[in-house]
Amino acid sequence: MREIRHSGQPNLQIRINNLCLDMRGSRLLDQIDLILKQPGVTMILGPNGAGKSLLLKCIHGLLFPTWGSIDFDGLNKNPKQAMVFQKPILLRRSVMDNMRFADQGTQTDTELEQALDSVQLLEKIDHPATQLSGGEQQRLALARALLTKPDLLLLDEPTASLDPASVVIIEKLIQQATQQHIKSIFISHDIGQAKRLSADVIFLNRGQVVEYSDAASFFSDPHSDEARAFLSGEIVL
Amino acid sequence: MHSFPKMKKNIFMLIEAFSEAFGLILSADADLYEILWLSIQVSLTALLISIALGLPIGTTLAIANFPGKTICITVINSLMGMPPVVIGLLVYLALSRSGPFGVFGLLYTPTAMVIAQMLLITPIIAALTYQVMEDLHKEYRDLFFSLSIPLDKAVAAYLWDARYSLITAVLAGFGRAISEVGAVMIVGGNIDHLTRVMTTAIALETSKGELSVALGLGIVLLVLALVVNGLVTTVRTRARHYGYA
Repeated sequence: MREIRHSGQPNLQIRINNLCLDMRGSRLLDQIDLILKQPGVTMILGPNGAGKSLLLKCIHGLLFPTWGSIDFDGLNKNPKQAMVFQKPILLRRSVMDNMRFADQGTQTDTELEQALDSVQLLEKIDHPATQLSGGEQQRLALARALLTKPDLLLLDEPTASLDPASVVIIEKLIQQATQQHIKSIFISHDIGQAKRLSADVIFLNRGQVVEYSDAASFFSDPHSDEARAFLSGEIVL
Repeated sequence: MHSFPKMKKNIFMLIEAFSEAFGLILSADADLYEILWLSIQVSLTALLISIALGLPIGTTLAIANFPGKTICITVINSLMGMPPVVIGLLVYLALSRSGPFGVFGLLYTPTAMVIAQMLLITPIIAALTYQVMEDLHKEYRDLFFSLSIPLDKAVAAYLWDARYSLITAVLAGFGRAISEVGAVMIVGGNIDHLTRVMTTAIALETSKGELSVALGLGIVLLVLALVVNGLVTTVRTRARHYGYA
């Protein structure tokens, strides 16, 4: 069992116990054993096909592991989760109506407008959400996810192929979420972004955890050959 | 081979028939408008019942998982291609005096025609609804799970967000119902002032050689079909343009 302790106050603790996921006769996640105690952003890194998105979906409950379990400890045993998908899923409605749908009537329109302002979408409030640019759609998806006030925010490559301005806005929002004690698990292929945001790093390859350590150690002194190769920009198979 | 004078005569007859047909339409001919009104009444009633049945059936097939779901989808898809005369025959057998529902005396009434048209278009609306909803369900389900959206709210969202595609499905059903002839002829009997609708009247008047009446009804039917198709195209185009479809 890999475990990492941090100086920050323990908030939400995620225990992944011997998790295995089989699909169509193949083992896609293999004996994942982790305890995530670190507040802030846990970055999942790894080559394509490593199982990063599958692990995130298992944590969120979108996929049921074939074996093993995921438990949450802390103040809330059943933390409120929100997920931002790589390809934003937006309702075929206006930007504001997307926010209203997620909010389910708990906040006023003014509060929703403030949330849209935080992602610089206030001017597009009445636009059809599906006609926004890729960056705007992802910003809306993140604003909508944060609207639900999650304890755990799961982000599956939310900035992949986005314009730099949108990346900056999204990263700023995630940093603000961390300050508000929202735990985030983030998948990225951008090593620079991982360095900017992460408190700890899970490095996956071929469905297995190759390395799990705090961000500083991972980026300065990776222990595994795969992680070293990945960080140096080599293709990891 | 027709001689030129005979062709000329035929063309003249056709023009005369068209002219009389327009005359009937413009003079608000009572018989013609009675037939038109009954046609719309029967088809709209059948459509409303089919919407009430087809939308829930299609939505359930798209969203729910249950044993036999694939069989149900296959049956619904197969029923889409059911020949109208076969439906007419089945409804006739069911409503005839010796049939299981003969006691209600519905044969050769507009109600029988409504039943036949409803049976004809419900599978169409259900199957089209299923296709629309299945696509939307694939698109939305992870989001709804993530946002913990309850089932009733999710279904309402599916119906609302698919509204333009569903309107298309409904209009397609109406187009199918209003242009139906075989089934309503069998169960309605084409009785004057009682069960005569546009399609059965066209068939009758053509067989009698009353081309002007047949053409007048044909023009109305054609205009109706064009309006419905125009509406379908407009709805789809606008919805796509504004990103709501």
